[in-house]
Amino acid sequence: MASIEHALAKLPGVASARANLTLCRITVTPAWGGAALDTILAELNRIGHPATRIDEADLSGETSDGTAQALLRAVAVAGFGAMNVMLLSVAVWSGAGGATRETFHLISALIALPVVAYAGRFFFVSAWGALRTGRMNMDVPIALAITLALALSLFETAHGGQEVFFDAAVTLTFFLLIGRYLDHRMRDRARSAMTGLARLAVREALEVAPSGALRPVAVEAIVPGMVLRIPAGERLPVDARIVAGASDLDRALVTGESRPVAVAAGFEVEAGALNLTGPVDAVALRPVSESFLAQMMGMLATAEAGRGRYVRIADRAARLYAPLIHLLALVTFAGWLAATGDWQRAAFVAISVLIVTCPCALALAVPVAHVVAAGRLMAEGVLMKDGSALERLAGIDRVVWDKTGTLTTGTPALAPLPAMETATEAALAALAARSAHPAARAIAARLPAPNLALEDVAERPGFGVEGLIGGRRARLGRSSWVAEITTGLTEGDGPAFAFEGEAMLRLPLSESLRNGAVEAVSALARRGLSSEILSGDAASAVARIAARLDIAETRHELTPASKIARLDALRDAGHRALMVGDGLNDTAALAAAHVSMSPASASEAGRAAADFVFLRDDLEAVPLTWKIAKRTAKIVRQNFGLAILYNCIAVPLATAGLVTPLIAAIAMSASSIAVVANSLRLNRRETRPSARDSTLQEVPA
Amino acid sequence: MTILYLLIPVTLVMGAAGLGAFFWSLRAQQYDDLAGDAERILHDGRDEPLPPRKETAR
Repeated sequence: MASIEHALAKLPGVASARANLTLCRITVTPAWGGAALDTILAELNRIGHPATRIDEADLSGETSDGTAQALLRAVAVAGFGAMNVMLLSVAVWSGAGGATRETFHLISALIALPVVAYAGRFFFVSAWGALRTGRMNMDVPIALAITLALALSLFETAHGGQEVFFDAAVTLTFFLLIGRYLDHRMRDRARSAMTGLARLAVREALEVAPSGALRPVAVEAIVPGMVLRIPAGERLPVDARIVAGASDLDRALVTGESRPVAVAAGFEVEAGALNLTGPVDAVALRPVSESFLAQMMGMLATAEAGRGRYVRIADRAARLYAPLIHLLALVTFAGWLAATGDWQRAAFVAISVLIVTCPCALALAVPVAHVVAAGRLMAEGVLMKDGSALERLAGIDRVVWDKTGTLTTGTPALAPLPAMETATEAALAALAARSAHPAARAIAARLPAPNLALEDVAERPGFGVEGLIGGRRARLGRSSWVAEITTGLTEGDGPAFAFEGEAMLRLPLSESLRNGAVEAVSALARRGLSSEILSGDAASAVARIAARLDIAETRHELTPASKIARLDALRDAGHRALMVGDGLNDTAALAAAHVSMSPASASEAGRAAADFVFLRDDLEAVPLTWKIAKRTAKIVRQNFGLAILYNCIAVPLATAGLVTPLIAAIAMSASSIAVVANSLRLNRRETRPSARDSTLQEVPA
Repeated sequence: MTILYLLIPVTLVMGAAGLGAFFWSLRAQQYDDLAGDAERILHDGRDEPLPPRKETAR
């Protein structure tokens, strides 16, 4: 950290720099005019801390969110009020009487009223919002209990009564706010996946005028029929048909395959595909608003909205619980009125029923358990976005995997290495080292470093590399292109290599499985969770991987839309599926699935759409997360059980009119503490301490 | 008993002072980077916080 700050502070144009370890972010203050961003990034790279820049737009989600700070302030205020009111109450309980008691009540009232008005406003606003739309949530009984407790206490204070509930009202607010703050902190992390996808959109393109001149044109102004020049390294702004040039395209957005596709004139390609090797001219087929990328974003928005229908377990409990206790309070009021005829006494008892049944423990039961589980997952190298994801994960009955990049590492490997002569091997290594194509890199990685002199090396985009080795022409690349100089075409998979006039050598490429893939799939199968592969790849490649993992159900050559269709079909059949995927093409499917996970190596959009991101390289994180989710669900159920047990004891006492403020304060605190203590049990590791070495793979700063 | 009329305001003022101090520390961004502060204490040399707001995040 110090090295970063010192290195940056030395740069011209930088007044000061400060690294934030918690956020993994550096803030730089430019001295005058502003420093060049590239200089800063280059310097960071040089000292071994590569960084990326954040857009102000991405940050706005975090910084504009003052709710967390407001909640924290409210917690502080409520805590302050609770302590002071409690002090005064203890004096009253231990026997203060007469004028002293009345003074104390008055002071309590003066503290409690502003504190509850300030700190409790979150509950009032939320409860009012729910009531106005005719719904019920946990905040309705909370707000009602706090308000009534205050009103009753004010009334009693004004009449010189003996029993007031100021302490109960304020401590309730305090405890509930803690639960609310924890809940909010977790939801904060969940960010919309849209920004990641939107960044792939191109803002400007080069138009080729009929005269042959190039001029820049805004993407929105592109009309079908316009001819565009796409240089190497750029993404296609719209769906287009190539009219001139040849190149390799990275169509990961569509298929999820990182292996480039060779294209030439006549091919139709989708917006968002990355042009890798050579410039091409393409004629636009559709305006940008109807392009593939725009459709993807639309699909993602629909998928995210669809998942919003999930009702959290706490809200489901509230729907049952709230009407029940309101009815109970009403019955108590009617009963006491009928029995004694004293409406003041009846109102007092009814309100004390509402206060003791205030769902304090219920409101804490879920967020505390989730926060503890999130901390536990973090130690295991799994990041969680949202508490509801844990609830959803605990209920899955099926796992759906993406293939490339998830079950496999995504980079091709040369296996098995075909038998060849030493001279051939050296030539092959030399040629492969000259190309940046992933297949060439995979070949070069398997061979010893080249020490051969090459002449006249040329890379032909879409075909391969060729060069002169000791006066002989050699080619490495597509088999049909290599066949032009050989004696014949050899059948087989993968790229080919040959010297001029000799036989062709095929280099079969295969994918290597991710660490722990076999163990993860079989561990899940043992727990009764069947697996399924949804892949954009060809049938043979999918079948090979499925056979190695012992997965019976596979689907191949799927588009992003058909992945969603498959997930929807599963949902309609009553299945709740966990989707594990990484590619850009999985983004919408990740958002559409019941719950989703993606590895840290996934595309940015994919990571943003997934509920869980695991930083570890091996897939064992999947069954592990599932196990923790299961345990969390169990703890949450126990917490609800504890809260109900508490109510079973407190409610009969309250309806009998036996609850004094002292009993209410003790009972409510005890139930809250019991719930928190029970949740902390999640931290206990039942098995071996796991390896934590790979938890910090994110780029620092 | 009259001593209470002095002591209760005193406790309230002291409590409010603590609350005010917490609010100030919250606003002065002292809770923004707890992990970083734990390491900063080990470094030599001058180490000043950034001038408030007016920043570009990268």
